[in-house]
Amino acid sequence: MLDTPKDHGTPRRISEQEVTLEIDGMQITVPAGTSIMRAASEGGVNVPKLCATDSLEPFGSCRLCLVEIEGRRGYPSSCTTPVESGMKVRTQTPKLQSLRRGVMELYISDHPLDCLTCPANGNCELQTMAGVTGLREVRYGYEGENHLDLKKDESNPYFTYDASKCIVCNRCVRACEETQGTFALTISGRGFDSRVSAGTDQPFMESDCVSCGACVQACPTATLQEKSVIAIGQAEHSVVTTCAYCGVGCAFSAEMKGNDVVRMVPYKDGQANEGHSCVKGRFAWGYATHKDRITKPMIRSRITDPWREVSWAEALDYAASEFKRIQLKHGRDSIGGIVSSRCTNEEGYLVQKLVRAAFGNNNVDTCARVCHSPTGYGLKQTLGESAGTQTFKSVEHSDVILVIGANPTDAHPVFASRMKKRIREGAKLIVIDPRKIELVSSPHIKAAYHLPLKPGTNVAMLAALAHVIVTEGLLAEEFIASRCEDHSFNQWREFASQAENSPEAMQAVTGVSAELVRGAARLYATGGNAAIYYGLGVTEHAQGSTAVMGIANLAMATGNIGREGVGVNPLRGQNNVQGSCDIGSFPHELPGYRHVSDTTTRHLFEQAWGVEIQSEPGLRIPNMFDAALDGSFMGLYCQGEDIVQSDPNTQHVTAALSAMECIVVQDIFLNETAKYAHVFLPGSSFLEKDGTFTNAERRISRVRKVMPPMAVYADWEVTVQLSNRLGYPMDYTHPGQIMDEIARLTPSFTGVSYAKLEEMGSIQWPCNEAAPLGTPIMHVDQFVRGKGKFIITRYVATDEKVTKKYPLILTTGRILSQYNVGAQTRRTENVQWHEADVLEIHPHDAEDRGIQDGGQVLIRSRSGETVLRAKLTEHMQAGVVYTTFHFPESGANVITTENSDWATNCPEYKVTAVEIKAVAETSGWQQNYSRFTLNQQALLDQAKPV
Amino acid sequence: MDMNNLIHMANKIGIFFESQPDHDEALKGIAAHIHSFWAPRMRIQLLEYIDQNEVTSLTPIVLSAINRHRNDLQPHP
Repeated sequence: MLDTPKDHGTPRRISEQEVTLEIDGMQITVPAGTSIMRAASEGGVNVPKLCATDSLEPFGSCRLCLVEIEGRRGYPSSCTTPVESGMKVRTQTPKLQSLRRGVMELYISDHPLDCLTCPANGNCELQTMAGVTGLREVRYGYEGENHLDLKKDESNPYFTYDASKCIVCNRCVRACEETQGTFALTISGRGFDSRVSAGTDQPFMESDCVSCGACVQACPTATLQEKSVIAIGQAEHSVVTTCAYCGVGCAFSAEMKGNDVVRMVPYKDGQANEGHSCVKGRFAWGYATHKDRITKPMIRSRITDPWREVSWAEALDYAASEFKRIQLKHGRDSIGGIVSSRCTNEEGYLVQKLVRAAFGNNNVDTCARVCHSPTGYGLKQTLGESAGTQTFKSVEHSDVILVIGANPTDAHPVFASRMKKRIREGAKLIVIDPRKIELVSSPHIKAAYHLPLKPGTNVAMLAALAHVIVTEGLLAEEFIASRCEDHSFNQWREFASQAENSPEAMQAVTGVSAELVRGAARLYATGGNAAIYYGLGVTEHAQGSTAVMGIANLAMATGNIGREGVGVNPLRGQNNVQGSCDIGSFPHELPGYRHVSDTTTRHLFEQAWGVEIQSEPGLRIPNMFDAALDGSFMGLYCQGEDIVQSDPNTQHVTAALSAMECIVVQDIFLNETAKYAHVFLPGSSFLEKDGTFTNAERRISRVRKVMPPMAVYADWEVTVQLSNRLGYPMDYTHPGQIMDEIARLTPSFTGVSYAKLEEMGSIQWPCNEAAPLGTPIMHVDQFVRGKGKFIITRYVATDEKVTKKYPLILTTGRILSQYNVGAQTRRTENVQWHEADVLEIHPHDAEDRGIQDGGQVLIRSRSGETVLRAKLTEHMQAGVVYTTFHFPESGANVITTENSDWATNCPEYKVTAVEIKAVAETSGWQQNYSRFTLNQQALLDQAKPV
Repeated sequence: MDMNNLIHMANKIGIFFESQPDHDEALKGIAAHIHSFWAPRMRIQLLEYIDQNEVTSLTPIVLSAINRHRNDLQPHP
């Protein structure tokens, strides 16, 4: 059975005032502002409709929802008519039925009568309404002028546009505007010629369409239809689960036919996305059953040996024996584990438990190390908790939105749509970013301020903003006095007011005019509810943690924390970055961000786990590489993470891995890291297991198994078996038991359980006795640490200096259609949007070097060199170049350096000094990479069946 | 582990805390940070480096911090 929430026709209205009316003789009470259609629906009365759907504002065009209202003339449309107290409405009368039937007759007179072979058969609102209105004949015949021969647009890889089935209800156009905010669709032509059109009568793929699927979702017919539905047919059951892409954590209904996914439909009741989606979550799930999946365990002694397919028992026995052998030879601390933030909370918890209890050390880390570890550090120091402060919905109450070092339209698209909606409603936008990102200027969106700073100068910019706030009397004195530490504030105020931090002084550092900075600071401090959203453009710097603390300082100084519409909001890169940090994946912290040296906490876990836990921190990922190269770290269990492609200075990483004696990789594909592995344990995709993800707003949501694991076991089961073989028994039979253990041992999770998640849909931690329903907004009455702490954040230039030899700054990032290392999205049709990483460069820089658009360019840094195609764009500032890291052969991280954040070792991906030049050949590294990859593929091809 | 890298990391920590107004707190902060986030083998190596070299590449504030809080930086037995 499909889990499809009821469509009430028009959006829910929120009002303290309630209105009672009578609909078909029934008394119904709803908030003021509610439409008659919705009031009726909530009361169980379904008014016929076609152009109305409750994700969109009412439009009143289809004329099917006409009702009679006592004392009023005519037949108003119920979707556009708000309820009034005492109103008496009739939704079903012979006259209304006759009118509706007449409307349907007109629709059907220009509609192909191919219901039996139509892909929407059984799930078509037009078909349903024909039945509801009792349509039995079409008096006009079908021979007149019609649209039945219009050609299909099949350019989009995921859905078709069949204009012959279009009823011009405008739902798709409105969805593109209201829900997605792209404005790619319109109605072209007038009168009878009116048709939905992408762009200026272009094929969808040539238009501005971002393939979010909102139009397909809104379409009441088969006009916009998923190709998977056309190919497979309608689903027969569905399971609600959580997307495994970015940190927004959208809820989806996986619509299934047996064990096959028919389509992923954004779940309307999902609290993170409220029914919206992006091209990745909505359509790019085909990787889960891609032919590259490896479903049999494999082992080999050396990475130059062919892989050998073995049984699960043999693979796990071998991995365990190798780990034991290495510990015997090199000591207890010579092995460790890395768990990806793509894995579930339960998987992350088990890996850190395995490392601490079975390996007997704290050498466990997560890929959050290389993205948001500075967030954990910086927010803990200032506010007291390593997490964002708000819900996504909070942005609906923002008056000023400050986006720094984030590109939400590409990296967090569903939240970006929400943000853009608020900006269209009038909120002011400040963008601090070296690039002219889409938010700076796009349809109906224009940033009030774009501060195009030089990469690596965030802290200088934040200091300049603070200077204006302090010296121009814009401080929230009352908030600071009551909520923050006096001593630290006074010290910070003195620091911020120093002339060296003024926008005028910092202008030479940031490259941004003082006037712009002053304007932006004034707007942030005085524009009403002001919220800061930031991403990896803040954290992935030598001063990443300092910048996070600088952001927290600004929020406290202006009183923008602890209520709706404000706050400090880290936009997490991967789906479970927040969760992986929460559940103890860092080497220095047990679950709940408690340091391993905290005796009370350690004893709690020791008692529960029945082992002694080391009281000293373990190695972080970069430390593991260094220790491998000095011979003291020789074994690694790596679950779901591709460190070779995603970590900086690739050649350093591969040298470290090559020095190790046993690397166990657990993944769904033979990723770049697996090419250096000795044991391959097949992983399970998010569709094949149960668990939870925690998104950027601390929202814990269920991941539900919709198909059996292709390799027999879910990832958590593999960790359990490995632990058992290492002599530390684990006996979980379901991830729910793991969550129960997390809840028992972690104060901020004590109220979390699978039963409660079933009941509530999702929960934002802390969820405990003090907050049994979770905590949407943090730090409401006081900061988690008591008083907020201001911290001095002096700007220090990065060591990665621009010189005559390396005169440009390379900064890296992501794009909409690809995700992280691309292991998933490269194996989908998303490659049609982005088939290779390119180097974006300002035309002036290109001209100086004789570089043509599309030409090959060598990028050389102090770490290495690689070759990419050039893309000339004025979205870049002169002196700065940009690329993505979605394709391994690009070697983006061959160029990035080992410079890292002073506090957390988060790599400085965003600043690398480079020189570029036009070349004809790929780089030496790329040629070696091609040879190595071909060789590894041959070794994989030689794997023999068990 | 690469000593130069450890020195570099320690000096970066020192630069952050050097900007804090209270010098004693800054020294404490440097030591506490290294103690909280560095694995024992890294701390041992750093301490041995200081013991074995009269002149180090560590910045004065880092050296002061380590010397003052040396006992805190020793790994637990």
